[in-house]
Amino acid sequence: MLKVDKEIVSFSINPGGYAKGGTSLENKTGGWRSFRPVLNKEKCVNCMICWLNCPDDSIVVKDGQMLGFDYDYCKGCSLCSNVCPTKAISMVPEV
Amino acid sequence: MSDGVVSKVSVLRKALTGAQAAAEVMRQVEPDVVAAYPITPQTPIVQEFAQFVADGIVNTEMIQVESEHSALSAVVGAAMSGARAMTATSSQGLALMWEIVAIASSMRLPIVMNIVNRAISAPLNIHCDHSDAMAIRDLGWIMLFSENPQEVYHNNIVAFKIGEHPDVFLPVAVNQDGFITSHCVEAVDVFEDSFVKNFVGEYKAPYNILDFDNPISAGEWAMPSHYFEFRVDMKKAMDRSVGVIEKVFEEFYKETGVKMDFFEAYKTEDAEIVFVVMNSTAGTVRYVVDKLREKGKKVGVIKVRVYRPFVVEKFLELISSAKFIAVMDRALSIGTTGSPLYQDITSGLFANKRNVLVNDYIYGLGGRDFTDDDAYEMYKHAEYSLKEGISGQIVYVGLNPNLLGR
Repeated sequence: MLKVDKEIVSFSINPGGYAKGGTSLENKTGGWRSFRPVLNKEKCVNCMICWLNCPDDSIVVKDGQMLGFDYDYCKGCSLCSNVCPTKAISMVPEV
Repeated sequence: MSDGVVSKVSVLRKALTGAQAAAEVMRQVEPDVVAAYPITPQTPIVQEFAQFVADGIVNTEMIQVESEHSALSAVVGAAMSGARAMTATSSQGLALMWEIVAIASSMRLPIVMNIVNRAISAPLNIHCDHSDAMAIRDLGWIMLFSENPQEVYHNNIVAFKIGEHPDVFLPVAVNQDGFITSHCVEAVDVFEDSFVKNFVGEYKAPYNILDFDNPISAGEWAMPSHYFEFRVDMKKAMDRSVGVIEKVFEEFYKETGVKMDFFEAYKTEDAEIVFVVMNSTAGTVRYVVDKLREKGKKVGVIKVRVYRPFVVEKFLELISSAKFIAVMDRALSIGTTGSPLYQDITSGLFANKRNVLVNDYIYGLGGRDFTDDDAYEMYKHAEYSLKEGISGQIVYVGLNPNLLGR
């Protein structure tokens, strides 16, 4: 069953569905996810390979530190988990 | 037709086929882009227009494509870029376009497309019926039908004004009968170019993907959270088009003296039996109605000019005296109780608690001639049905039972 996130039904429709530029941040797409990445910070070496590979810019990084995931947009593709050299990211089923 | 109103517009009477009448409006409107692929019996429309382009009479970008799917795709792309864009097709071409037909309307692009109505294969048949147009009737296009080349000309002019209205922004299909109208020369009163250009006005696109100062993306993807609303939004636009069509017809009448209506009634005021018909056959039925009136029969005919939106309330106003409706369908819906026009009318009658007998008369499939004799036979069947209280019958007019298997 697909969960419909009520929050994303927030902006009105333009004729034919055209969208203004730079508005994709308003459309939170994390609701599709069936697995979520979870970080074990003890294993993480801040190599940034996950950050390089994430197709959705959902790896949260500050001052050279990998801090976790932006679940508003992460679609649970598991790429970060697969490329992580220290197996610091595990995929947990969404309930 | 002029009904006493003196036209302010100067008119030149020309001998034109229905196809040429459509091309004539295209010349006068001079759209930015035309993309098309030849198909019988539509070909002479685009052929004629291609000549205008080649002769430098119009400054239109003419795109020759490899199929109808590509033709309408190119037109959709042009319309998304803020261009006034047109195409034309028939039958298998429209069938091949179908995917993009739905996209054009749901992206709310006010494209004007001429459809020269032709039967759908198989067997291969190039002659007239309405099966092609009926297959797109629920896709959100405004659909106008034309009895003759003159109506093709008028319908094409108003089509721009209706579809491009900001309350509407929907594509418009202008239908005419294959060969019967498209290839038959009649006298057509053509307005001066400046009138048509002014009446249609400057094109204002619903949006423009090439406007770099206001970047947008179009042709979006929508999740279950949004898709439903888009469909309802399109339906509401179609509902609003009713008022827009009324206004455009009124304005057209004031300027030209030419009256147009959603349904055009002939001798229905006291009629007990009313025929309902679309496109060229209306003339044949009117002729027979006149003959029957001479014999004192209370009979009339309603011609459907605006098929989508189908405003059943307007239809009901015209049949107050009717006891029997003879719906004439030039298409056969297979697997249900009646064909498209019959379904539209019967559901409207039922929902409005209007108790009247109705039969569905299927005629003219694949270009089968429908003569005055056929219309008279149909009347006799309708008269008998009224007398015996028969309703809900599907009747095939002009069918040869000897050719049928079991």
